[in-house]
Amino acid sequence: MATTVENRPDARTPAAAASRRHRSPERRDRRLAALLLSPTMLVLALVVGYPVLAGFRESLFTRGQELDADGFVIEGERFVGLDNYTAIFTGDRADAFWNAFFNTTFFTFTTVLLETAIGVAMALIMHQAFRGRAIVRAGILVPWAIPTAISGLLWRWIFQHDGAANAVLRQEILWTADGFAAKGAVIIAEVWKTSPFIGLLVLAGLQLIPREVHEAARVDGASAWQRFWQITLPLVKPALLVAVLFRMLDVLRMFDLPAVLIGVNKDSVETLTMISWFEASNLRYGSAAAYATVLFAYIAVLAYLFVRLLGADIIGEARQAVGKRGRARA
Amino acid sequence: MTVRLRRALPYLGIALVTVYCLAPFYWMVVSAFRRPQDQFDTTIVPARWSVDNFTAVFGADNGFGRALLNSLIVAGTTTVLTLVVGVFTAYALARLTFPFKNAVLGIIIATTMFPGISQLVPLLKLFTDIGWINTYQAMILPSLGFALPLTVWMLTAFFRQLPFELEQAAMVDGCTRGQAFRKIIVPLAAPGVFTTAIITFIAAWNEFIIALSVVNAKEMETATVAIAKFTGISGHDQPFGTQMAAGVIVTVPLVVVVLIFQRRIVAGLTAGGVK
Repeated sequence: MATTVENRPDARTPAAAASRRHRSPERRDRRLAALLLSPTMLVLALVVGYPVLAGFRESLFTRGQELDADGFVIEGERFVGLDNYTAIFTGDRADAFWNAFFNTTFFTFTTVLLETAIGVAMALIMHQAFRGRAIVRAGILVPWAIPTAISGLLWRWIFQHDGAANAVLRQEILWTADGFAAKGAVIIAEVWKTSPFIGLLVLAGLQLIPREVHEAARVDGASAWQRFWQITLPLVKPALLVAVLFRMLDVLRMFDLPAVLIGVNKDSVETLTMISWFEASNLRYGSAAAYATVLFAYIAVLAYLFVRLLGADIIGEARQAVGKRGRARA
Repeated sequence: MTVRLRRALPYLGIALVTVYCLAPFYWMVVSAFRRPQDQFDTTIVPARWSVDNFTAVFGADNGFGRALLNSLIVAGTTTVLTLVVGVFTAYALARLTFPFKNAVLGIIIATTMFPGISQLVPLLKLFTDIGWINTYQAMILPSLGFALPLTVWMLTAFFRQLPFELEQAAMVDGCTRGQAFRKIIVPLAAPGVFTTAIITFIAAWNEFIIALSVVNAKEMETATVAIAKFTGISGHDQPFGTQMAAGVIVTVPLVVVVLIFQRRIVAGLTAGGVK
């Protein structure tokens, strides 16, 4: 699609210059749009499009680790077809892959569920209170503004064996050792950072709901619970779905937090991005690219299913929501 | 009594939310101000306040001043470049009618879906081949891929909110589209662009995996990487006091900016709807 748009001006240049004056405004718009869009499309093609394609190509190659029949190291790249992929699923690293796959899925499911629940609760609380809302909104942005790597360190400090978490709980849990508690630590830290953010987006959605709707329902005898399930939730659904989708995509590629909080190459928190990063940092680019491609495919499938099952047209709904907000403000 | 309780309830909730969000951050600040020998105290207020940790951060062997400068250069350049490129695209998406508009918007949003790692592996290889390891451009260019879709999306939302009639009136009065853009849109959109700039800058400032991978020389590390590496990301004996102090130095400017522009940032984030 990008190329269609980019090619447009070039294809027409000779004729276009001559007949510029006779152009309809509509066609002038098109030309201008192509001109204005091309820098962004070019940058995205270069720094996202090219790497994804090159990565896929890379995943079909291996380099310089093999010995030939005479015991010499084979230099340079060698085409190995789908070997890197078979190695992922069935090789001796298959366990590591399925572990990382499970961790990634587990983190995605638990954190998104928790942060959505906590975020919605936060939004409802903030929507109730009138005074102090500005302070809370500012406070809510603090976890978001702290770099993930720094918050990883902060939580590592809190989860020390003699740290604040254990002091509060009066327990001796080894959070940052490589065990199930480490998963818990990552989930707690991730939910802390992102649930306020969901809260913020849902609050924005809540503020769009006209007060009368709720009042009418109350007059008709709907309980608070019914009002929440049957009025509030359906009305904030578009905003919530977009937030959840993007949170989901973000957790699926999680790296900084577990890497800093627990460490790389730790079974209990290793995610697909971490495993791929580890391969790349050991210069096994082919294998790293294969992991990245598998992750990419997984993300695409989940995103597709999400959009299909929950919201037919996320982009359209988001745009509508933006439009509504614009009108509400004006 | 019950009425009073009912009225107090939302404020109790507000207090709960605030504590939830700020308590860990408070712990970072307090830990940073403890004396190194009191580091493992778990009292809520330090027995004695000290700035020893802060002096340690700027100790010669950490090279932290340089790391801050690197972060500033990388995040600053990323922000400026994405804004320059993004503004035009966002204008086109918000104001012009052309075929494949939804497809273009879809492509731009879809790029936020790519996992950074699938971008990183080939780029890392490419940068090794062309000798870009340990350069600023090796950190800035991949960051554009993350920042640009977000910027375009937010700016498009901002531009859509501006009244189209003003521009049309200017054009009817004889302005060209370019003039209308410069004289009407740019001044009106300035707050939105500024907000987008803050959000983009924070996102770029927080970047970790690229900076970690394409740089192996200490003097080119960004602040987030430098702090995590005070003893290496999987090290054992971590100087937590120093790390917390460094964390405070890196986050407090962001937190201050967030507090000042809180209203605008919320508007930007909700307009963007993502991240």
